[in-house]
Amino acid sequence: MTERAGAGHSRGRRRVMVTGYGAVTPLGHSVDETWTAMLAGRSGIGTVDAIDVTGLGVRIGGQVRGFTPGRYMPPTVSRRADPYAQYALAAALEACEHAGLVVDDRLAPRVAVIIGSGYGPVGSIYRAANTLRDKGPRAISPFTQVTTAMDSAVGEISMRLGTQGPSRAQSTACASGADAVGAGMRMIGHGEADIVLAGGADACVTAVDLAGSGNARALSRRNDDPTAACRPFDAHRDGFVMSEGAAVVVLEAAETADRRGATVLAELTGYGASSDAHHWTAPHPEGRGACLAVEAALRDAGISGADVDYVNAHGTGTLLNDAVETAVLRKVLGDRVTRIPVSSTKSMTGHMIGAAGAVELVAAIQALRTGDVPPTVNCDEPIDPDINFVPHRAQHHGRLRTALSNSFGFGGHNAALVVRAI
Amino acid sequence: MVNTTDILDALAKIVEEVTGIDSADVTTEKSFTDDLDIDSLSMVEITVQLEDTFEVQIPDDQAAKLRTVGDAVSYVVNHHKAGRP
Repeated sequence: MTERAGAGHSRGRRRVMVTGYGAVTPLGHSVDETWTAMLAGRSGIGTVDAIDVTGLGVRIGGQVRGFTPGRYMPPTVSRRADPYAQYALAAALEACEHAGLVVDDRLAPRVAVIIGSGYGPVGSIYRAANTLRDKGPRAISPFTQVTTAMDSAVGEISMRLGTQGPSRAQSTACASGADAVGAGMRMIGHGEADIVLAGGADACVTAVDLAGSGNARALSRRNDDPTAACRPFDAHRDGFVMSEGAAVVVLEAAETADRRGATVLAELTGYGASSDAHHWTAPHPEGRGACLAVEAALRDAGISGADVDYVNAHGTGTLLNDAVETAVLRKVLGDRVTRIPVSSTKSMTGHMIGAAGAVELVAAIQALRTGDVPPTVNCDEPIDPDINFVPHRAQHHGRLRTALSNSFGFGGHNAALVVRAI
Repeated sequence: MVNTTDILDALAKIVEEVTGIDSADVTTEKSFTDDLDIDSLSMVEITVQLEDTFEVQIPDDQAAKLRTVGDAVSYVVNHHKAGRP
């Protein structure tokens, strides 16, 4: 493993490496498929057909299509696991394989699992309520308490892999995935674990969620043109697109990765989080909380805005987010933001809510490793002409050393992660 | 009118659906816990589905006595409306 003095290292903190990752997204059932689609500028958004959309104002979304639970788990598990937990388990298995991680008896007590989710097993909760109403309490499966729990994804992952360190769920809306990775980083930093499977998952392309977020006027209504619906940083954007998926990364103390002989993909050097304390769905008009989170992440990494080479933006495609995020990037990164690529992969994946931050961290790391920056599709008329939003087509940028990944959520949750190339 | 074979077939199918155990392995002499390794939560699901399928009531104290697949089949035979003597 290549050793380089990192910011954390210089302060005597344990360095945290990323040694593997897995993803299930509307673009594919693995990181490779997802990344290839991103670089090709392909959209995973379409007309929703997995549920009855009769009467819904919004009928488009980013569904995970063709997912076969049987490839990843026995029927006993898929029967009790909500799709959000199934996606998380599939992503975790891919991440472990990628990292060459075998959780043996010696490692097990030092391996933790943290999965963030905005909405958790919502589909199963709605279904259970309907069963109770239609068939009565006798018909409620004894597994309901497992299936409809917010921690069902971490439970399935921990049981499957035999991890014995802490396992927990956390929920901070659209920042859940990034916050889970940040929490995992701290866990390793404080010596609570040596390896953390961290990430996010959500499966909220449901009628209730499409109706609720649609009624909040947060979703794009381009029902007739799904692939053009998510238009981050474009003047004609009209909302985000509800989507689903999961991503899990293997975080590992540098010395553990070294001892295992693991291939290090990137170093996770910074994490910052904050709250807007302003409004449930609207960001603070000056991006007060977002600024705090990004500044904290840069400080944590021991760098300044001038050191950032790529930003994987939160970029949801809502009127407010993209305007505020652009202002925040200008404020925190200064002129630097006009000289580096800034893109939103949500333009292709849609908004996978709790999974978004984790999938986007993976995209940011892939950009560092390859120099290829995924595009912001549909960005026809950039709202800030001085910023390179990587419109339409991927760009090759040679050596990218440091990337910033932003996640801002309903409830005013803000999280930012900084990763550095190895 | 249902016969023992019908009940066994249906029960085997329910067990397979709930636990993933091959229905061919669900034979009358097998113990649910010792032979088929079915946990208590899955047993509750199987019992409820058996009740629905054959319109029988299996109170918890009775369900606890159903040790083998054969016990469950006999219970349904003896308590099924059409099967009652």
